[in-house]
Amino acid sequence: MFGKGVLKGLGVTMKHWLYTYVDDIRKIPSRYAGGRDILKQMPDEEGIFTIQYPEEKRVIPERYRFTPMLLYDAATGKDLCTACGICTKVCPTQCIWIVRDKDEKGKPISRPAEFYIDASLCMNCGLCSEFCPFGAIKPNHDFERAVYDRHQDMIYDKQALLVPLEYHAAIHPTEYAEEEAAKAAKAQAKARRAQSRRRRGSAADRKPGEDGAD
Amino acid sequence: MDEDRSIEYRQGQIPQELQHNVVITSVDYIYNLIRKTSLWPMMFGLACCAIEMICTAAGRYDLARFGMEVMRPSPRQSDLMIVSGTVTKKMLPQIVRIYNQMAEPRYVIAMGACAISGGPFKDGYNVVSGIDKYIPVDVYVPGCPPTPEALLHGVLKLREKIAKQSITQVSWYRKGSQDAIPVPVLGPDIFDPRRVPEIRKRTLAPRPDDDGSEATEGAQTVEDQSEA
Amino acid sequence: MSEMSAQETLPYHEAVPGAVLERLENGSLIVAADKLLQLGTYLRDHEGYDLLSSVTGVDYLGYKGRDASNRFEVVYHLYSTKRGGGPLVLKVRMPESNPELPSVVSVWPGAELQEREIWDLYGIRFTGHPNLRRILLWEGFNGHPMRKDWHEAYYEEEHKPFRSRHPNGHHVLAEDRAPWHDNVFYPEGWDPEIWQEPIVQYRLPTDPSLGTTGDLPTERIVVNFGPQHPSTHGVFRMIVTLEGETIVGLEPEVGYLHRNHEKIGERNTYLMNMPFTDRLDYLCSMSNNLGYALAVEKLIGAEVPERAEYLRIIMVELTRIINHLLAIGFLLNDLGAFFTPVLYAFEERELILDLFEEAAGSRMMCNYMRFGGVAHDVSEDWLERCRYLVNERLPRRVDELERLLTENEIVVARCKGVGYLSPEDAIALSVTGPLLRASGVQYDIRKAEPYSIYDRFDFEIPVYHGCDVYDRYRVRVAEIRQSIRILQQALKDIPPGEIQSGKKQHLLRVPPGEVYSRIEAPKGELGFYIVSDGSPNPFRYHIRAPSFVNLTALGPMSVGYKVADAIINLGSIDIVLGETDR
Ligand code: SF4
Ligand code: SF4
Ligand code: SF4
Repeated sequence: MFGKGVLKGLGVTMKHWLYTYVDDIRKIPSRYAGGRDILKQMPDEEGIFTIQYPEEKRVIPERYRFTPMLLYDAATGKDLCTACGICTKVCPTQCIWIVRDKDEKGKPISRPAEFYIDASLCMNCGLCSEFCPFGAIKPNHDFERAVYDRHQDMIYDKQALLVPLEYHAAIHPTEYAEEEAAKAAKAQAKARRAQSRRRRGSAADRKPGEDGAD
Repeated sequence: MDEDRSIEYRQGQIPQELQHNVVITSVDYIYNLIRKTSLWPMMFGLACCAIEMICTAAGRYDLARFGMEVMRPSPRQSDLMIVSGTVTKKMLPQIVRIYNQMAEPRYVIAMGACAISGGPFKDGYNVVSGIDKYIPVDVYVPGCPPTPEALLHGVLKLREKIAKQSITQVSWYRKGSQDAIPVPVLGPDIFDPRRVPEIRKRTLAPRPDDDGSEATEGAQTVEDQSEA
Repeated sequence: MSEMSAQETLPYHEAVPGAVLERLENGSLIVAADKLLQLGTYLRDHEGYDLLSSVTGVDYLGYKGRDASNRFEVVYHLYSTKRGGGPLVLKVRMPESNPELPSVVSVWPGAELQEREIWDLYGIRFTGHPNLRRILLWEGFNGHPMRKDWHEAYYEEEHKPFRSRHPNGHHVLAEDRAPWHDNVFYPEGWDPEIWQEPIVQYRLPTDPSLGTTGDLPTERIVVNFGPQHPSTHGVFRMIVTLEGETIVGLEPEVGYLHRNHEKIGERNTYLMNMPFTDRLDYLCSMSNNLGYALAVEKLIGAEVPERAEYLRIIMVELTRIINHLLAIGFLLNDLGAFFTPVLYAFEERELILDLFEEAAGSRMMCNYMRFGGVAHDVSEDWLERCRYLVNERLPRRVDELERLLTENEIVVARCKGVGYLSPEDAIALSVTGPLLRASGVQYDIRKAEPYSIYDRFDFEIPVYHGCDVYDRYRVRVAEIRQSIRILQQALKDIPPGEIQSGKKQHLLRVPPGEVYSRIEAPKGELGFYIVSDGSPNPFRYHIRAPSFVNLTALGPMSVGYKVADAIINLGSIDIVLGETDR
């Protein structure tokens, strides 16, 4: 019959339209998992799933990447970054700028004096955080960064980039736990090594700087 | 032009005659309410960011909630141009022309790093380092690509901006505001007709150093820095 | 005398004497420019090398062992669609001054756009080319930008990483560094006021018999579609010559999204290029990642752990599903089914993108593969959700899509018999991917020259013989089903274990050499041609983009149809401009 295909197609559209409501009813009180402010579409959601941004927000997965942030330890007030410059070397858009700090004598010390990320260039690739040996730079989750002026508001300096370690722990819980575990394991290994060394009693084979983080 | 506008927004808060105050604010309120809740974006995509723009219009984020679902392919019927993607020099004349064809009030969102400043492709010989060098931009949405939510945040920012405008101050009821922006021309490289005198002066004038090409000047600056 | 015998041992000496000058260690043949056409014809007709996959220009300025006498090189990669297997590589070398060689368009018409690109970017002239003008840039552009001695306006240093970033990285905008403050460069002595725009000669059809209907006197008109047009899938332009409503000539005009990927790629280090490949075909970033990773792995000889191989396959096949869903959706858009099928496609796509975002960190720009593995592992929960999608949801949704479209009378009426591209033409025009398989040629790199671990999976290569838009749609649906099949197997067998072999390095040292590696991307053959000089940056980095090469077929396949069909022909090719223009 001519027109059967069209009718069948219309049936599909009809079904699509109805399914949204069916899903709504089936999952009373709410099919938006975990209440209406933390949203995540599960693969078995059939109907149209709409996130009413800005009232509702989607669950942002841990690995989500946006312009990076720098971490500092709120307890000691120290930056984690050592100005080693690896992130500037991997950054594909070359949008990270670091000035290494100097002490009074002009000798460079491992601390950034200035740190810039040009958010108007950053391609959110996450390579900087992937290769930072100190875990000092991490992709941020805060995507609400629209501005009216790009020259003032889009070049993030160190002040704008720094966030406390707790923030990182909050948005990257698994990663943070892994890092902590790795750190603890390392500390343990170090202690054990020190112990065995002491037992052997030979100070000769102690290499300075070997304990530095890698 | 952008600067002028932002000054107006600030001034728009303080009307001169007090007796008009009430009337104008409520007129403003209605005027802005209507404009900001029915922004019609232009159906206009340039690169990867355009796909995220379509995602924003699709079911998950649903641009219709903001009265923006009517994407118009014609610039004459749209109020908002979302520059979504890399602006190349080859495409630039068309973009400026399209912008000129849009009727006031018109707004521009620069979506993504590329539209803002050239982004990852900034060094490219065919890439315009920022669309705001040629047309005024109202809101910049960083990201590469900005997720649909980030774009929506940009739209909300734009609405805030619109809400602050005043009918007595807006530029499009004034004389001269409708002057078209000169369309850039593709010569040996792109050039803006407004800058012709400057280009003439510099390309035709003898250079102080003979081989003063671009490249060496760039390299010099780098050296200067490392010496510093 | 000994020279003579050396000549005789060279391949194809009996057929075309003197054509092959030298056989390199890696098997590629140096060909004399004046014998190129002869050899090409012989190879095509007698040796079965019917598919000219890619034509690449290389500028060897400053490369070890090269001088001005052989600075330029054009590389041809030939394949056989019947035999499958690896390529035959031909190379023609040219001196620095006035590089010139005969165009192979008469042998393999598929070279047309690629040769134009080489002319545009390298200034190598192809004699006998029917339409040799700039393609990615505009006529009148100053210089040939891919030459090694051509510097862009924001030029800072030859290679990244730039020294100005650390340890004394006071932020400087590129604008402040460059003399014009903009990304522009004008030649000295150039006067914009007396300058005149060069006249662009488009190729208009000359055949008077085309398109004339009855006694009605008609006049030919030229219509421009794009670059800003809702149905051109981005910034793409077609110059269509019409006789009444009938197309008598069509010329694609690209380059509106030419982002200088290759030039930037040669400044980058190997790793830095990975996120840039995401932006090629931005709908299929995972496939691009895989193609690039495979190419570099071939150069450095890296092993990939089992689990990473499986993860790669899973990601790439999910990408194929996304791409085909969207391709069908946009095709329907072009037919006038405004946005409903696209929205359905986006619904499924969002779910897959959620998976990508969880695994890789970004919805579109995944940057997921690394040399010798993948960047992140996935959790068991992730796999479970993926299994649900693949086993339950997607098959159902594909059925639904078919119910919606396959028998729909309007779709059938608009698509059947439109855009005919015969198998012979398809191969000659270097068309690959679903387009080729809809023309009845069963050629898929996953089977013809298996890469990664595709040889372990049980799947078929769908092929249809209608050679029209309708069958291109059907091939895509069938490919989605096959992808689902592969995914089901991969998700069943995925082993636990490592995801990265060796230590992740950010500065990769790559041994000197060259590689061409290709994969079956959703749109066709995606090839990466990389020349390494042993430094951390690729010396030459070229992408053989399926969207770009497939466009060659747009003109031939649209002529004779109505103007509305040009749009669905374009839709059925399924181009993404990021990849077309690079
Ligand atoms: S890699 Fe990490 S520690 Fe090194 S400079 Fe960058 S942020 Fe600082
Ligand atoms: S995310 Fe990528 S582009 Fe952005 S700062 Fe880090 S390395 Fe650079
Ligand atoms: S900002 Fe990023 S995603 Fe957007 S167009 Fe540019 S490269 Fe593509």
